[in-house]
Amino acid sequence: MTLTEKLRERISRAFYNHGLLCASYPIPIILFTGLCILACCYPLLKLPLPGTGPVEFSTPVKDYFPPSPDVVSQQGDLSERPDWYVGAPVAYIQQIFVKATVSPWQKNFLAVDVFRSPLSRVFQLVEEIRNHALRDSSGVKSLEEVCLQVTDLLPGLKKLRNLLPEHGCLLLSPGNFWQNDRERFNADPDIIKTIHQHEPKALQTSATLKDLLFGLPGKYSGVNLYNRKRVVSYTVTLGLQRYDSRFLSSLRSRLKLLHPSPNCTLREDSIVHVHFKEEIGIAELIPLVTTYIILFAYIYFSTRKIDMVKSKWGLALAAVVTVLSSLLMSVGLCTLFGLTPTLNGGSVPVSFREIFPYLVVVIGLENVLVLTKSVVSTPVDLEVKLRIAQGLSNESWSIMKNMATELGIILIGYFTLVPAIQEFCLFAVVGLVSDFFLQMLFFTTVLSIDIRRMELADLNKRLPAEACLPPAKPASRSQRYERQPAVRPATPHTITLQPSSFRNLRLPKRLRVIYFFARTRLAQRLIMLSENQTQQREQQAGLEPLGRLETNQHSWAQGPEGRGNGQTELGTEAEVTWGAEDEEIWRKLSFRHWPSLFSYYNITLAKRYISILPAIPVTLYLNPQEALEVRHPQEANRYHPFLSSSGGKLNAEAQPDQTSSRLQGHRDVTLYKVAALGLASGILLVLLLFCLYRLLCPKNYGQNGLSHSRRRRGDLPCDDYGYSPPETEIVPLVLRGHLMDIECLASDGMLLVSCCLVGQIRVWDAQTGDCLTVIPKPRLRRDSSGIFDYQESWDHSPDGKTGLDDSFESSHQLKRMLSPPQPPLFCDQPDLTSLIDTNFSEQVKVAESEPRLRAVGGRQKEAGYDFSSLVGKVYEEHSTSNCMNFGGLSAPHGQAGFCVGGSTARSLGCGSEEGGCGGRRRSLGDESLSGFDKSSPLPSWGGDFESSVWSLDLQGNLIVAGRSNGKLEVWDAIEGTLRSSNDESQSGITALVFLNNRIVAARLNGSLDFFSLETHTSLNHLQFRGAPSRSSIPSSPLFSSSDVIVCQLTHTVSCAHQKPITALKAAAGRLVTGSQDHTLRVFRLEDSCCLFTLQGHSGAITAVYIDQTMVLASGGQDGAICLWDVLTGSKVSHMYAHRGDVTSLTCTTSCVISSGLDDVISIWDRSSGIKLYSIQQEMGCGSSLGVISDNLLVTGGQGCVSFWDIGYGDLLQTVYLGKSNESQPARQILVLENAAIVCNFGSELSLVYVPSVLEKLD
Amino acid sequence: MPQWKDTKLSRCVQRSAAGPMPRLESGAWSCSCAARARHAARPGEAAPKADAMQSPSPSAGRAEREASGGAATTWRQHLVQRSVVLFVVGAFMALVLNLLQIQRNVTLFPDEVIATLFSSAWWVPPCCGTAAAVVGLLYPCIDSHLGEPHKFKREWASVMRCIAVFVGINHASAKLDFANNVQLSLTLAALSLGLWWTFDRSRSGLGLGITIAFVATLITQFLVYNGVYQYTSPDFLYIRSWLPCIFFSGGVTVGNIGRQLAMVIIV
Repeated sequence: MTLTEKLRERISRAFYNHGLLCASYPIPIILFTGLCILACCYPLLKLPLPGTGPVEFSTPVKDYFPPSPDVVSQQGDLSERPDWYVGAPVAYIQQIFVKATVSPWQKNFLAVDVFRSPLSRVFQLVEEIRNHALRDSSGVKSLEEVCLQVTDLLPGLKKLRNLLPEHGCLLLSPGNFWQNDRERFNADPDIIKTIHQHEPKALQTSATLKDLLFGLPGKYSGVNLYNRKRVVSYTVTLGLQRYDSRFLSSLRSRLKLLHPSPNCTLREDSIVHVHFKEEIGIAELIPLVTTYIILFAYIYFSTRKIDMVKSKWGLALAAVVTVLSSLLMSVGLCTLFGLTPTLNGGSVPVSFREIFPYLVVVIGLENVLVLTKSVVSTPVDLEVKLRIAQGLSNESWSIMKNMATELGIILIGYFTLVPAIQEFCLFAVVGLVSDFFLQMLFFTTVLSIDIRRMELADLNKRLPAEACLPPAKPASRSQRYERQPAVRPATPHTITLQPSSFRNLRLPKRLRVIYFFARTRLAQRLIMLSENQTQQREQQAGLEPLGRLETNQHSWAQGPEGRGNGQTELGTEAEVTWGAEDEEIWRKLSFRHWPSLFSYYNITLAKRYISILPAIPVTLYLNPQEALEVRHPQEANRYHPFLSSSGGKLNAEAQPDQTSSRLQGHRDVTLYKVAALGLASGILLVLLLFCLYRLLCPKNYGQNGLSHSRRRRGDLPCDDYGYSPPETEIVPLVLRGHLMDIECLASDGMLLVSCCLVGQIRVWDAQTGDCLTVIPKPRLRRDSSGIFDYQESWDHSPDGKTGLDDSFESSHQLKRMLSPPQPPLFCDQPDLTSLIDTNFSEQVKVAESEPRLRAVGGRQKEAGYDFSSLVGKVYEEHSTSNCMNFGGLSAPHGQAGFCVGGSTARSLGCGSEEGGCGGRRRSLGDESLSGFDKSSPLPSWGGDFESSVWSLDLQGNLIVAGRSNGKLEVWDAIEGTLRSSNDESQSGITALVFLNNRIVAARLNGSLDFFSLETHTSLNHLQFRGAPSRSSIPSSPLFSSSDVIVCQLTHTVSCAHQKPITALKAAAGRLVTGSQDHTLRVFRLEDSCCLFTLQGHSGAITAVYIDQTMVLASGGQDGAICLWDVLTGSKVSHMYAHRGDVTSLTCTTSCVISSGLDDVISIWDRSSGIKLYSIQQEMGCGSSLGVISDNLLVTGGQGCVSFWDIGYGDLLQTVYLGKSNESQPARQILVLENAAIVCNFGSELSLVYVPSVLEKLD
Repeated sequence: MPQWKDTKLSRCVQRSAAGPMPRLESGAWSCSCAARARHAARPGEAAPKADAMQSPSPSAGRAEREASGGAATTWRQHLVQRSVVLFVVGAFMALVLNLLQIQRNVTLFPDEVIATLFSSAWWVPPCCGTAAAVVGLLYPCIDSHLGEPHKFKREWASVMRCIAVFVGINHASAKLDFANNVQLSLTLAALSLGLWWTFDRSRSGLGLGITIAFVATLITQFLVYNGVYQYTSPDFLYIRSWLPCIFFSGGVTVGNIGRQLAMVIIV
């Protein structure tokens, strides 16, 4: 146990250090990793590319002998011999290359005469070859003995049964079209039709029958009606089983003797061995493609989980690169150590291509994702380095464990002793290790760069904000809604800044297209492509003149001979030339030619080779008589005389050219067809995908509101479509009277209570906007000493805000000066009252327990001393707390009722108070409590003005106020009298809930107090019993003014939280508290029993929402929103919502609406946790939002409020609230039951009624 | 050459073997499904896991709302949706895995490609599709029946991984040269158990997988005994001994898909 713990700690520390290293030196590490990858992949260069193209190797004909099947014996002689050149080939191919022409050509000859008679000679030639036999001392050796004997054709090839040889030598010639029967040939009226009847209609990929039988590409054969050179070429292809050099040379010499080709320059010195790779048939391709599709689906589903980063695509790319390059590295390493003889398919019939997807799946992207998630969920406000390090160390143990497990499994696989599986496991092990290496170095670094980039971007974006905001959280994240206008996968390891021109101004579309072209250099590439082609053509053209030159020479040479024959008068002489283009004519065939030929006989060439012997040239000259003899009678009718040279052009054009022109243009047209088809199908595919996307995603999630940039002042607010809804301007009811900024607002529909920073509470009529009550009452202020007046004047004085210390000093002195002459007037002042009262009435009782100071004060009083010094102390205290209030004010926090930002200042003030004179305060509390039992509390109780009101709630006619000094006060809203008060604790009340007759107060020290309100007047006892405190209807109990209300502490949870409670909500009999200690707690209201402690946030809780349906939502400083099930205490979903704190949170039946410090309001689908859209708010209006009904949202802006349709995210209307408020942002919005909206513009409240348009719409 | 034929038939038998079983207990099945629908109506329980919820279809939220509406018809619609998806997946896998077994090298003409694609008997893909649908629906139902919702690795990436491994097992059985049949069978058994452990890890999954393998093997034996078809080199009574492993891993894979679908479409 301890061992694992120790190990765990060590691993985690190692990872932490590693993370620090990676984040500190990103560029060198990435460079190093790249070098490592390249070094490991270097051995791969030696490997042939896994393609299907054949490989050649040539050996000289002279003393050639077939390689022995044994590899070892051959090591010595030839170093560059390929490793496949082992054993005998499948077959030796001997081609007899025939060129034939009718010579001399007569002008009245037909076009068919060009090839009919040359073709007719093939039968004779085949006979000669077939009957050739080598007679020597050992006996007679016929062709039958050396040739490749073939058996049946495959059963699927019935059509070719009569055309390809069966049960005999593999001997192919054009004569096979006519079953090697000369009579059939002579009887054939249309040769071209016979030849082309087996041509496939569609695009052919493999060799056609014509190519097979002619043994050379169709366009070289010259068998067409427009053969101007009038030379017909074909080959007789002979497959040989054994290489018998003497037999072959005898055949060669005999043919040369019979049909001499004097000008032949074909080289005859080398045998070319062609090795064929493994074939992929469709049957194998489909499973392969399926596995790759599954692989891509896997990658897609994995990488889509990457979230909360700057460039999602960049990181996804980095993840894929990590896995792929780790695989490449593993292959490279294996190759380096010679462990992979079977990579391209050797003895084991599984190629790398096939096992590759499985390798990727085994290695997996999981670790990368876990890493990203872990790093992203670290606290945002940390430094990037520390975040990376923390994220790494958090996940270190699980990563190591996973790795060990996988290695173990693979090790087990190694013991299967099956070579293929062992090989797979080897790859996988090396791949896993190198993947780990890359994850740790490459991916972590890329992640750190990404996160740093994100923060840079945030910094840039928030710079203007920070200039006028209080120091908020500098680091924030959640990039989800802030996408770039054009999402493009940025390269992950470089910080790319777009050129400023692109960044700053939005270009018109046309220009952007042009820039795109410019960037990709599309035009240049096109030009280069065409240039290449023309160059190639020129090269070919350059070759041709050479050939022609040769021709001329020969013609000069041959000319006299022809004349000597006495045939010149018949017409032009034709001669056959052998040029460079005839060299190894089989190379011009499709590379699938030989495999498909052999596959007809069920012989595979995959991973085997054939040897192609040098061709035997045969030249045939036919005289015109011969040509005329073989002419078919029908042909004379059908074909016009073939007119050579210029004269024939007209005729040639007039000729019906169905077959031939189609043949010539065949390849070109198919090419265009394929291109057009490809283009069309591509367009179709895109359209289909688009439709599918639209179909599947009718709502474009997360897209709404994206285009909202921060609205400038004066800009018209508009929705995504650029539609600006009607604006209206109404004059709201402005509720003025507060001196300072309003901090707390509460309402129950009829009454509206507001409290400003100085602690003045005002009660308004929510219908008319009349100010009903001011607490403290104005008359009290008049009665009281100059303090109030002074305080007021001080509030208004400008220097009060600028020089706090100075004003504090001056006020202190001023008070000292003022206080002595007016001692009796201090009766209203709470502290003094208590001082005086206690000293007179209960001095004896309390004296023992009172602090010393008290007694001293009493003694002083008794002695008739001037107690100005004592009073002075009190005043000093007073002014201190005031100062603290102002300190809190000068930083314009106060967006929310209990904003965390201000709480530090408060706690400071509170602490100083506690430290300063805690004892005195306690005595005051004791007294007031004890006084309640005997007599009614003082009706003229002026309130404690030393402390500000931090929380406020209203029910019926009672206002409950929680103060910063821990005092809880119950006021009568109509009469403005204090009904009850409780100050047992000095810790400030940060939040309170007033439900029925129950008050719950949350305090700064994390404790939770439950109070109950009880009436103690016997007269009204019955009436109070009748009040709905015991009924289930949550209507507020009405306490009549004559009742004596006692606020009794029923229960205290002293240590509900470790840190201050920041949020408190109650509904459905549950009470939820959220605290700065990152947890939430759920209590039962009846017995204040803690049901659950909910953990899941990584920052202080800032907002909590709970409703009657027991759905609890919470938002924290980490910008996350959690949804919980209150019944079970389980987390339902977790969303990263905002950069910075979540400031407020509310739910409708289908949505969760959140606002954050980043001034964005986000609307989420409540059940799935998917963000529907977000609304960019104006600066400082971040948390001002209210829900009017289930589908109507109101948000505040600069002097205006906007109404939104929640369901669709449409902006319905913007209402400007008069000119006067334009400069002020709406800080808070409170929606009343009668569809009125209260906006808080600094020290003013505006009461707005929802415009009638919206009511109709609603 | 003839080996692929055996595998194809056996696969088909496997799927069809799982067929009659759920129909027998369809009564209990439908009632459990109704209970599940009622469960789904409670908003808190309907969401098992956060990241799973974030995962795929945008219609999930709407589906949940509709489900909480409590309409039985929508439940039926979901059932039909899932079975259609499972059917398609099953049929497609049957075709592809058949092709995996086909050891022919070259296909020459386009019409022959199509012939190769449908080289199996016409009833093979429908049978496999139906069987896949049934197995895929059976798994989540049994999960809810036993009351232990399957929470292990509930995400599409994991499902894709599972499918890939299943195809890999088939690949191995078709292509690898093993010294003897026992070695082949043992290796495949280990692989399929590994598949279960990596992607499922639930007792119900194991039990159901073994049941499917057993029943399918039994039916295959029966068919071969009656001479419907035969194996070239039987080493386990009348069939090949690695067949149960393939059946088992197939059951687990289809169950995995079914569970994920159930979660996606219901939640």
